[in-house]
Amino acid sequence: MSDSHAAVHSPDHHPELRHHFMTMEQQQNTASLGMWLFLVTEVMFFGGMFCAYLVYRLKYFNDFAAASQSIAVGWGAFNTAVLLVSSWTMAMAVRCAQLGKQKLLIVFLLFTMLFGSAFLGVKAKEYHDKFVEHHVPGADFSFTEKLLGHPDYVVNQYHAQMFFSIYFAMTGMHALHMVIGLGLMAYLVVATARGKFSTAYYTPVENIGLYWHFVDVVWIYLFPLLYLISRK
Amino acid sequence: MATAVLPPQQRTNYLNAEHGVKSWLLTVDHKRIAILYMLSITFFFFIGGIYALLIRLELLTPAGDLVQADTYNRLFTGHGIVMVFFFLIPVVPAILGNFLVPLMIGAKDLAFPRINLLSWYLYVIAGALMLHVIITGGVDTGWTFYTPYSTAFASPKVIEAGLAAFINGFSSIFTGLNFIVTIHRMRAPGMTWSRLPLFIWAHYATSLVMVLGTPVIAITLVLLVLERVFHLGIFDPKLGGDPLLFQHLFWFYSHPAVYIMILPSMGIISELIACFSRKRIFGFNFVALSSVAIAVLGFLVWAHHMFVAGMSVYAALIFSFLTFFIGVPSAIKVFNWTATMYKGSVTYETPMLYAFGFLGLFTIGGLTGLFLATLGVDIHVTDTYFVVAHFHYVMVGGVVMAYLGGLHFWWPKITGRMYPESMGKLAALIGFVGFNLTFFPQFILGYVGMPRRYYQYPPEFQVLNVLSTAGATILGIGYLFPLVYLLWSLRYGEVAGDNPWNAAGLEWKTSSPPPTFNFDVDPVVDFEAYNYDELKEIPVER
Amino acid sequence: MSENQHHVVPLWLYATIGITLLVMTGVTYFVATLDLGPFNTIVALAIASFKATLVVLIFMHVKYTSEKMTKAAIIAAIFFLGLLLTLSLADFGTRAWL
Ligand SMILES: [Cu+2]
Repeated sequence: MSDSHAAVHSPDHHPELRHHFMTMEQQQNTASLGMWLFLVTEVMFFGGMFCAYLVYRLKYFNDFAAASQSIAVGWGAFNTAVLLVSSWTMAMAVRCAQLGKQKLLIVFLLFTMLFGSAFLGVKAKEYHDKFVEHHVPGADFSFTEKLLGHPDYVVNQYHAQMFFSIYFAMTGMHALHMVIGLGLMAYLVVATARGKFSTAYYTPVENIGLYWHFVDVVWIYLFPLLYLISRK
Repeated sequence: MATAVLPPQQRTNYLNAEHGVKSWLLTVDHKRIAILYMLSITFFFFIGGIYALLIRLELLTPAGDLVQADTYNRLFTGHGIVMVFFFLIPVVPAILGNFLVPLMIGAKDLAFPRINLLSWYLYVIAGALMLHVIITGGVDTGWTFYTPYSTAFASPKVIEAGLAAFINGFSSIFTGLNFIVTIHRMRAPGMTWSRLPLFIWAHYATSLVMVLGTPVIAITLVLLVLERVFHLGIFDPKLGGDPLLFQHLFWFYSHPAVYIMILPSMGIISELIACFSRKRIFGFNFVALSSVAIAVLGFLVWAHHMFVAGMSVYAALIFSFLTFFIGVPSAIKVFNWTATMYKGSVTYETPMLYAFGFLGLFTIGGLTGLFLATLGVDIHVTDTYFVVAHFHYVMVGGVVMAYLGGLHFWWPKITGRMYPESMGKLAALIGFVGFNLTFFPQFILGYVGMPRRYYQYPPEFQVLNVLSTAGATILGIGYLFPLVYLLWSLRYGEVAGDNPWNAAGLEWKTSSPPPTFNFDVDPVVDFEAYNYDELKEIPVER
Repeated sequence: MSENQHHVVPLWLYATIGITLLVMTGVTYFVATLDLGPFNTIVALAIASFKATLVVLIFMHVKYTSEKMTKAAIIAAIFFLGLLLTLSLADFGTRAWL
């Protein structure tokens, strides 16, 4: 439809203004609302898993606590910090876009990708450890650890496996969102380098930023819920 | 408006602006995407219809002579999945909503035209996957995919069918998201919320459900597939899981999904009754806000599908109690539509006949829903034909009636041609008679104890089953007939003017069919919705 | 373009928020090692919500937007997620009572 631009808008309109909008402001407000509604759908998407988590955590609390204790909290805390820092660099990237500092924008985007990749690397290491320990749900699953402070408590295998089923589903879905986020950021780097953005138009930077912060918020809840059920 | 007298094919409009298959498959015009949806959804409607026909044929006799139990299970599952996910949910929003939402609010297109096209492709991909399932043997879980049957016993085709429903869900999410943003951001100057047509209000409410509910079924289906492949155990009682968790997550979406189906139809009915009574809808604000109320209240009642599944009796009491509240906004609509016709100059064109059909059948469907909401009665009729009759009165008597009414009403706008009026009336009548003959006997069958989803039944149920099958045949004719004469009208139909009904609303102020960007001059709204007191009567010669 | 879209958050505020988030991560880990009974979960969720609120308000600019729909979207997400969780628990929490 791009060839019909001229018929609808005056010839001097912004090159990124699409045919069915009147002004850049309307286009920007529209994209922003779209992104926020998309994040609402994401909340409900993760919400289904939070519901499953909540039900079984209440039902099988001790087994969930024992299973939670078996994941390396140090790596989890480290990863939380890495992701928070990446959220900070993303916020800085958007700030650079607002101020028109294109080179700095690329630098902060690359840092965000670096921290995001570091998070995924640590996550892969954690998954590998769980695989070695036979804590991946399936035929090889076996959970021999004890609940801290309760050496006589016999941990139910099925209930411990339930924890790991939910753990892998939630962190896996979260990691998938991170991978998509990294892809989107690679696009932003290329688009910025090609001079697509200016102080008048940086909507994709802003919206992908919102997406990245959302992924961060999900992890902010996943960390205490999965790693810190009981560490006393 | 001098061009208005030219025959439609001589003016530049969205249909003849570009030519070739590519111009259709890569279009971002909401009106062309609506046509793409119309073709694909109609296709699936007839696939689902063939399933229905086979089911009714098997039930003609008490014995299982046409198909065996396993095949029968696949038939009603295929019927359910195709009709719910591939017909009822998208039919009104994706076809008429897609076409009309931008026109009615005075916009050039939906907010995200490329995402709109993506929605259609997701629908097609999901549909192709489902067709593959159908051709390679089908699934037999029922459209509800209940665990642990689906995850531990049913054929592995359930993975593919689940993925089809999952992908289709994203088509629905994006449509809803697009509508909400469009209605907020793209309204023409002067198009205030109190001037928005009730069709738009209904689509806004529908979109809320699409955006808030559909992601939950999406993740539920993901968990189902993961469970099936990796034996996670989340829904498997053998591994400490709780199958009722699946049902909770499933119905959290699938009850509100009923409102994804019926709310847009209610929007159509508001437009039809206003036009053919020549009056503003009585209690406009109440009808508008009752749509939003239905959308929100719809999220509070889902476990009424699980009363006999072993859930907590205390929770069942709460859900039963809450379910009754849904009746209030629905009744507000029915009363206000009726009040609109009071002292209006009512005429009986085809769309209005469908609207009358909707009013009667939806009322029966809705009221029998209250029977089912009552805990004690529900225990008696759960999983009987009473339930089947109830939801077909709402889904077929409500949604399909309203869709056909709307399709006839806007047909001149979509195609530039009128449908043949006498045939339209005849088809509406055949459909109404066929529908009641099909489904009313099922209320009685269910009440006296015939369970659903069985391929055989005791001989004393045969008379009513024969009536139902006869009705289904008539109903089938009632659906094939419009297909024939609507196609005929594309070439031979009378050329429609811009506003053949003298109807209110922005969509009638542009040409028929509309140009690619909908309006030649950007519209400014300085009139109230349904200003029929300022408009002329419907031309009589039709 | 409207003023709210262009609000540039001062650097010192971003730095403060970043450091607060990191500190709170440490705090939440430390609190988990104390025995507070049922309050462990409540404190953990409270800290998580505090962190999430900071990210949403500052990093996602919700504090500076005059756009009501953004806030409406957030409230709707919390409300309907709450409905899903509480009404599900109405069943799971009371099933054993009879
Ligand atoms: Cu329901």
